[in-house]
Amino acid sequence: MAVLVDKNTKLLVQGITGKEGHFHAEGCAKYGTNVVGGVTPGKGGTTVDLNGKQVPVFNTVKEAREATGANATMIFVPPPFAADAVMEATAAGIELVVCITEGIPVNDMMRVKQFMRDYPKTRLIGPNCPGVISPDLAKIGIMPGAIHKKGPVGVVSRSGTLTYEAVDQLTQRGIGQSTCIGIGGDPINGTNFIDALTLFQADPETQAIIMIGEIGGSAEEEAAEFAKKHVTKPIVCFIAGQTAPPGKRMGHAGAIISGGHGTAAEKMKALQAAGITVVESPAKMGETMAQKLGALALV
Amino acid sequence: MKIHEYQAKELFREYEIPVPDGQVAFTPEEAVQVAQVLNTHDHRYVVKAQIHAGGRGKGGGVKVVDSLDGVREAAKQIIGMQLVTHQTGPEGKKVKSVLVEEASAIARELYISIVLDRATSSPVIMVSQDGGMDIEEVAAKTPERIIKEHVHPVIGLQPYQARKIAYALDIPKEGMKDALKLISNLYKFFIEADCALVEVNPLVVTKDNRVFALDAKVNFDSNALFRHPKIVSYRDLDEEDPLEVEASRYNLNYIKLEGNVGCLVNGAGLAMATMDIIKQYGAAPANFLDVGGSATDEALENAFRILLSDESVEVVFINIFGGILRCDKLAEGVVKAARKLEMRLPLVIRMKGTNVEQGKQILADSGIQYAVAETMEEGAEKVASFLKVKQPV
Repeated sequence: MAVLVDKNTKLLVQGITGKEGHFHAEGCAKYGTNVVGGVTPGKGGTTVDLNGKQVPVFNTVKEAREATGANATMIFVPPPFAADAVMEATAAGIELVVCITEGIPVNDMMRVKQFMRDYPKTRLIGPNCPGVISPDLAKIGIMPGAIHKKGPVGVVSRSGTLTYEAVDQLTQRGIGQSTCIGIGGDPINGTNFIDALTLFQADPETQAIIMIGEIGGSAEEEAAEFAKKHVTKPIVCFIAGQTAPPGKRMGHAGAIISGGHGTAAEKMKALQAAGITVVESPAKMGETMAQKLGALALV
Repeated sequence: MKIHEYQAKELFREYEIPVPDGQVAFTPEEAVQVAQVLNTHDHRYVVKAQIHAGGRGKGGGVKVVDSLDGVREAAKQIIGMQLVTHQTGPEGKKVKSVLVEEASAIARELYISIVLDRATSSPVIMVSQDGGMDIEEVAAKTPERIIKEHVHPVIGLQPYQARKIAYALDIPKEGMKDALKLISNLYKFFIEADCALVEVNPLVVTKDNRVFALDAKVNFDSNALFRHPKIVSYRDLDEEDPLEVEASRYNLNYIKLEGNVGCLVNGAGLAMATMDIIKQYGAAPANFLDVGGSATDEALENAFRILLSDESVEVVFINIFGGILRCDKLAEGVVKAARKLEMRLPLVIRMKGTNVEQGKQILADSGIQYAVAETMEEGAEKVASFLKVKQPV
């Protein structure tokens, strides 16, 4: 059982008629995800071509869900309108909302989080994330499916391409992944490290976890505290930004050292104190996991 | 995005957050003109350097004077000076303007700021009676002197919360009404202007119990600037690194650092990790650069141009990870850019994607000094060896 996305996923794409939305809708469909429809206000009643198959477009998420039974959505809506798209999907009852969009104002996300409290059935992943993939089953996102392989390691990360780096290192060593969750680079997100660790701890197919963090905020420290008490599966962690200067936003909105807090060093210390294996070099994530799994005779 | 104190105070005025009477001046004569119309009772004025950094007082950028001649002299001294504070770095910042204000009869200096608390996903108001000093020191030495009040992100700041804050600051009864209005309006401003930080240090209580913001530091959420054109017009390009300004024109995420290895990467996390691994192999990254999702020919050319404008760059490390990325296309784009910009520096390129062999061939035929790496580690090793070859033994 992979977490979050599999053959039962029925995916909508909000923004499917845009260039990015269409390209990645096709990418997901090609990977094996059941893409059942799209939503673009004003283009309801039309269809889009996904790899030769016609897929219906709706004006609203509610209509789309009623017509298709969709239980997930991937959002490719520009930043000024993305928070609204998340709320629309949530209000329509969609169980899994994956928001790829980068650049959503922080205040908008603050309000979205508050809004979603009334809809406990819905899980948001992102924003500003590559999405989620369960290798050999399905993907909701922009990650390259070909570098993934099914296996026992759960991956959770704030990054996009750095996640692919970790996945590739694992796959090259014959170590597959159960599910890879990109929680995104924004300061406020729908799913955090603790949420992902909880899912992985409960998943019988996940035997070990790779966690990829970065500077800014305290999510890694909180995850370390949580893992100490609630996670028995081995965790290997890398924190990007050991060399980042203070006060500068390093690409991701959430990647900033403020008032001396949120440094990589602090995070690495907290994680180590919780018994989590921290790798200093990004090139050693796969190798370290291989050693861990070998030591546990899981590989 | 940062703005100057005088701009922040302009915005405060719009939100009815009391600030001293004053105006910006760009020459000593202008400074005198401003001072002449100020409604001071005792002819005392403050002349403050306007730069995007704190610690101006200690650095000699703030002068209190008691005559118009004093204003002229202070402005002459400060405008054009290279002001060095503990926040500017050793090179300091060139001062282009001063804020000329009426001096105030300060009885007490307090502290108030509003910032997003990431842990709770809500704004938090922080106050302390220990204003006028380094708040980080207060937080470190006497954390109990800082009171925090979280605000519901949708309901907003309630009157009972503003009262709680005012009582925590021990605002005198006569100043309560003003203080409550100030606190309320400050919060309103924080939300409506999409601020990342609003800091008033010091928040002043005068001898006659007036309450106002003596200083104003505001930082905005860059993601929200699209809906604040007026705030965007406040941007001072002189306060930013010229290469970073250039990069932002092409939507490239670039941050200048102090090293000699120019980096070009796709993805912020991978870009940070690339900086980290370069350090581990004994070199120093010259920059952070995320070219974003698509390493198009145009993006590559612009990125190269910016990297190469930094004269401290001795070798360029390209780390592009793309599962479906065509490495031959990437190599072509790299060669084209390098040729156009007449790049003479050695290049290490880690390519991950399809058509790797074709990509290698294109580089081999190009005449550029280069090395190809399979992994990040190999890339960092090759970067280090290019640098070692350069160093005299």
